[in-house]
Amino acid sequence: MENLLKVEKITKKFGNFFANHEINFEVRKGEVLAILGENGAGKTTLMNILFGHYTPDSGNVIFEGHKIDFGNTNSAIKLGIGMVHQHFTLAENLTVLENIMIGKQSIFSLSLPKKDARKKLLRLSEKYGLPINPDSMVTDLSVSEKQRLEILKTLFLDCKLLILDEPTAALTPQETEALFATVREMVELGLSVILISHKLNEILRVSDRIIVLRDGALVGEVNTNSAVRSEIAEMIVGKKIEYPKKQDVKRKSQYLQLTDISYKSLSFPAVQNINLTLSGGQILGIAGVAGNGQTTLAKLLSGHLKPSSGEVLFYENKKVNTSPKSFMNLGLAYIPEDRNSDGLVGEMEIWENVIMTEIDTPYFRNKFGWINKSKSFERATNLCNLYDVRMQSIRQPCRLLSGGNVQKLLLGRWLMRSPKIIIACQPTRGLDEGAIASIQKLLLQARAKGSGIVLISEDLDELLSISDDVAVMYKGALSEPINTEQTDKLSIGLMMAGEGF
Amino acid sequence: MIEFFEIFLTAGFWAATIRIACPLILATLGEVLCERAGVLNLGIEGIMSIGAMVGWMTVFLGADLYTGILAALIIGGVFGLMHAIFTVYLGASQHVTGIGITMLASSLGFFIFKLILPASTTPPKIKPFQPIDIPFLSDLPFFGQALFQHTPFTYLAIVAVIFAFWLMNSTPLGLSIKMAGENPMALEAQGIDVFLVRTIAVVLGSAFMAVGGAYLTLSAFDAFYFGMINGRGWIAIALVIFASWKPERALLGALLFAGLDAYQVRAQQLAGAVIPYQFFLMMPFVLSIIAMIIAAKRTRYPKALLVPFRRGERH
Amino acid sequence: MVTFRLEERERTSYPLALISPLIAVFISLVLAGLLIILAGANPVQSYYELMKGAFGSKNAFAETLARATPIILTGLAASIAFRAKFWNIGAEGQLYFGALATTMFGTGLIVLPSILMIPFLFIMGALAGGLLLLPLVLLKLYYKVDEVVTTLLLNFVVVLLVSYLLEGPWKDPMSLGWPQGKSVVDSGILPQILAKTRLHLGFVIAVFTALSIWLIMNKTIIGYQIKSVGSNASAASHSGLPIFKTTLIVALFSGGMAGMAGVTETAGLKGYLTLDLSPGFGYAGIAVAMLANLNPLGVIFSGIFLASIYVGADAMSRAMNVPTYLADVIVGLTVLSILLSLIFINFKIKFIGNRDND
Repeated sequence: MENLLKVEKITKKFGNFFANHEINFEVRKGEVLAILGENGAGKTTLMNILFGHYTPDSGNVIFEGHKIDFGNTNSAIKLGIGMVHQHFTLAENLTVLENIMIGKQSIFSLSLPKKDARKKLLRLSEKYGLPINPDSMVTDLSVSEKQRLEILKTLFLDCKLLILDEPTAALTPQETEALFATVREMVELGLSVILISHKLNEILRVSDRIIVLRDGALVGEVNTNSAVRSEIAEMIVGKKIEYPKKQDVKRKSQYLQLTDISYKSLSFPAVQNINLTLSGGQILGIAGVAGNGQTTLAKLLSGHLKPSSGEVLFYENKKVNTSPKSFMNLGLAYIPEDRNSDGLVGEMEIWENVIMTEIDTPYFRNKFGWINKSKSFERATNLCNLYDVRMQSIRQPCRLLSGGNVQKLLLGRWLMRSPKIIIACQPTRGLDEGAIASIQKLLLQARAKGSGIVLISEDLDELLSISDDVAVMYKGALSEPINTEQTDKLSIGLMMAGEGF
Repeated sequence: MIEFFEIFLTAGFWAATIRIACPLILATLGEVLCERAGVLNLGIEGIMSIGAMVGWMTVFLGADLYTGILAALIIGGVFGLMHAIFTVYLGASQHVTGIGITMLASSLGFFIFKLILPASTTPPKIKPFQPIDIPFLSDLPFFGQALFQHTPFTYLAIVAVIFAFWLMNSTPLGLSIKMAGENPMALEAQGIDVFLVRTIAVVLGSAFMAVGGAYLTLSAFDAFYFGMINGRGWIAIALVIFASWKPERALLGALLFAGLDAYQVRAQQLAGAVIPYQFFLMMPFVLSIIAMIIAAKRTRYPKALLVPFRRGERH
Repeated sequence: MVTFRLEERERTSYPLALISPLIAVFISLVLAGLLIILAGANPVQSYYELMKGAFGSKNAFAETLARATPIILTGLAASIAFRAKFWNIGAEGQLYFGALATTMFGTGLIVLPSILMIPFLFIMGALAGGLLLLPLVLLKLYYKVDEVVTTLLLNFVVVLLVSYLLEGPWKDPMSLGWPQGKSVVDSGILPQILAKTRLHLGFVIAVFTALSIWLIMNKTIIGYQIKSVGSNASAASHSGLPIFKTTLIVALFSGGMAGMAGVTETAGLKGYLTLDLSPGFGYAGIAVAMLANLNPLGVIFSGIFLASIYVGADAMSRAMNVPTYLADVIVGLTVLSILLSLIFINFKIKFIGNRDND
C-alpha cells in the first residue's frame, strides 16, 4: 500500500523530560494504524505534533510529500489531517452546524454559506452512518453525539487521515462498538485512521497495524493479524507494574446516608432522588458516562453544593450544615475531579499546599497566631516521604509537579487526617500506569484502615477491580449498588447506556 | 403628577433618547465584540476619551467631519492593537491592561490637547454635524421630530448596530469571534489563528468605542473638554452584561438606558429644586448597577473571557 | 512565518524581579521623553526640572512625601485586593467616603483629646471606606455581580454625593460660597512632622500601615488565605479555606485603607473636605500597587516615586512649558510597562521559525 504520512525522527522535550524520542513510522492509505502505549508513554504528544499543535525539537512530518508547518494547526488541516482530541474541542454556545463550518472558509470571507454546509454535512452524515441534527446546540449533546460531531468536523474539512485520541475513554462498551464500526466504514471508503489507545483488546479488534510507544520511544511495530497478544502486552509495559489486590476487610457501621437527594440548577447537570449508603471499609464505585450527574453528586457529597431537597446524614444520623468546611470537620475528604484547577494552588509552594487543609489547627501556629514554618516544613517533608511525592524541594511551587505527584500529594494531604469518608472523583484519570497503581493502593489502604470511599470513575476496569459495590449513574439517577463479584463489564455498560432506568 | 407622564408624549424626549443612546450604543457594541472574543476591555473609558479628542481636533485643525470620525476610528484601533498585544499575544492581565490603557489614552489625549491649545480657558468650538432633512419623513408629525431629524452620525450609529449584528451572525469572522470567547481550543483545532481572531475583535471593538467618544464632540456637542466621557465607558460595560453580549440587545439596552436618562433630565426640570440635581446625575450609575444585579441571575459569561490562550501549551 | 511562544520559567529569578520595576520606569520615562520632544523641550533638562521640583529642596521633598501619603494608602488598598484577585477599582470613592466620615465625626460632633481623636478619625474613615465596599462584595459573593464595574460606577455616585453635601447640608457657612466642608477640630488635625512644610503625621501612619500589611500578608494565617484564594480560589475552597470570609476581609481591608487616605487628606493636608480633595489618588493607587508588584513594602517606594512625578510635573511644566498631563501619561505608561516586564520575568520567549531540515 501507498504511504500517506511519514514521521521522521521526531523528538520533543518538556523540560528535561523526553516526551518523544527519535520516532519514525509511516501511515499507509486505507489502514487503521493503532498507536498503543500506557498513559504517559508520549502518544498524545506525538499526535499533537502531527496535527501541528506542538513544535517538536527536531524531526519532520511529511504528508503526501508536503512537510507540515509546526506551531499552528492550519497547515496540517489544509493537507488533510483531522484530529479528534480526547477532550472535545467544541464551542458549547454554538450549534452543530456552526461548529462544523468554522475553518472551511477564510475568516475574512463575507458570507456564511449555511445552506451548502448543511447539505454537505447531511451527505457526510449519511455516507458514514453518523446521524446528527445540524441545529442542535452543542451543549445539549451527549458524549457520544459530541464525538460524532468531532469526527464529522474533520470529515467536513475533507480529511484524508483521521487521528482519534483515546476515543473510547468516555464511551459505554456498546457505544465503543458503534464507533469501531464507523472506523471500519471510513477505512473501506479510503480514509486512513490513527487510533490512539491504551486498551489492547480494543486495538486488536479494529486495527490493521500496531506500533507501540514506551517512555517516549517507539519500541515495536507489528501487523495486527500476526500479532501475539502477550508479546504486545509485554512491549507496552516494559517494567512490570504490580496492581494492588483487594483484601477482605471487615465492614464497619454506616458512615453516610443520602435520602432522596435532588439538585437542580443551571450550572450543573441535575440529579434526582439519589439514595446511597456508605459504610466504613467499603469502596462504593459510581460508574457512568461523563455528564450524567457524577460531578454534581460529588459536589453534593462534599458539601460544595446544597441539595434542593433530600437529606444527607452522617454516622449515627447526624445532620450538619451543608458546607465543605463542616463536612471536612466530620472527617470527610474530597478528591476533586479536576486536579489542575481544583486540586492544588499551583503558584504556592508545596509546604503551603500541604498545610492548607490544616490551617485551623493550632498546631501549625506559633504563639502570635502566625504560621509556624518549622512545623509546616516538617509536615510537608513527612507527607512527601510517606506518599512518595517526588519533588526537588518542599519550597518549590506546586505547578512544577507532574500529574501523578499532584494526585499523591492531594490524596496524602487528606490521608494524613485519617478521614472516615473519602469522596474520590476520577482519581486516576490521565495518570501514567505507575501512578495509577500507587493511587489505587493508597485507596485500598485507606479502606483497610476503615474508611468508607465513594469512587467515581469512568474506568470500568478500575471500578470492578478495587470497589466492593458499583452503582451506575444515568441522566441524574443512581441505580441500586451491585456487588462487583456478581457483575461484569458488559452488564454495567448496558446500565450506563440507560438500561434499567 | 400628570406632567411626569406627559414627558413621554413629547417628540423632544424621544429625540433626546436617541441622541443620548448613540455614544452608548457604539461603546457597548465595541465592548461586545471584545468580550465575545474573550477579552475584557477596560480601556473603553480612555479610548472613548481619546477618540473624542482626536475626532474633534482633526475637525478643528481643518478637516471635514467625516475625516474626524475616521481619525477617531484609527486612534481607537491603535489602542485596541496595543490592548491586544498585551492581553492576547502576551497573555497579560486583562484587568490591569485595560486600566493602564484607560489611564494612558485619556491622559495622552489631554496632553496633546493642551499641547496644541495651551492657552484656551473656554474650550474652542467647531461646527458639528447638523440634523439632516429627510424629505417627507422629517415632516411627519411627532415621528418626524422624534426619529427623522437627526444628524448623519446618529444614523451611522444605527448602521453600526446592523453591521455588528451581521458580522456576529452571518460571517465566518463573527462565528470565529464567538468561538474564540467560548473555547479557543476549538478554533485552533479548526486551523484558525486564535490570536488573530481575538486581535481583530479587540481592534475593531476599540475603534467602535473611539467613534462612540467622537459622537460626543462631533455630533452631540461642539467642543472637547476634560472628563466629558464621565463614566459612559463603564456604563457601557454594565450594558454589555445587561445585553447578554448580543448586538441587538445592546441597542435595546442603550435606548432603554438613554430613555431613563432623558426622562430624568426633564423630570428634574419639573421637580424644580425639590430634589438636588446631583441625585439625578447619579441615576445613570445607580441604574447601571441595578441593571447588573438584575442581569446577574441569568448572566452566562463567555466561557473563555479573561482566560489567555497560549499556543502549544501542554494540557 | 516566524511566530513566538511564551514558556513559563520554572523559577522566577529574584534579581530580575527586583530590577523589573526599574526597567518599567525607565521604559515609560523614555516614551514620555518622546512626548517632551514633541512639546519642543529637552527631555533630559525636563526630567532634571521634574526631579528638582520633587526633591530639590526640603520643602519640595516634604511636599512629595505629603502627596505620597494618600497614594501609599490607596496603593495598599489595591495591592491587597489584587492579591486576592478582588478587583476593587473603587478606591477613589472609598477615599471620599473616608473623607465624609472625617467631616461627619471630626468637625465638632465628637471632640476628644488629640491622642484619641486622631485614631478615632482613622477608624471611622476606614470603616466608612470598608462599608462602602461591603454591599458590592456581598453582591459579588451572593450573585456573582462583577465588582470591577460596580466599584468603578460607585466612584461617580460618591463624588456626586460629596458634591451634594458640600453644596447643601454640609456646606461650611464660613466658606464664602465655596463648596467646602467645615474645618476639622483642632484636636483632630494631623500635626506637622516637619516644621513649615505640609508634611503631616499621615505619612508616618501610611508607612506604618504598609508595614502592618506586609506582616499580615507574610506571617499570618489570613495573609496566607488571601494569597491562596487569590492564586486559585477553587483549589483553596476545595482544601477547606473559607472563600467567603477571606474575600470579605480583603474587601474591608482594601476599602478601609482607601478610606484612611480620605482621612489623611481631610484631617491632614487641607483641614476640611473639598470636592477636589483627590485628583485621582484612587486610580493612582492601582499604578502604585502594580509598580510594587503588589508588595506592601514596595508600595511605600513606588508611592513616593509616583508622588514625585506628580509634584515635579508642576515645576517642570512651569520651567519647560510641557503640559502637566505628562505626569498622568507617565503613570499610565508605567502600568503598561510593568505588565510587560512582569511577562519577561515569568516567561521565556521562544521564537519559532520555519525550520529547515535538521
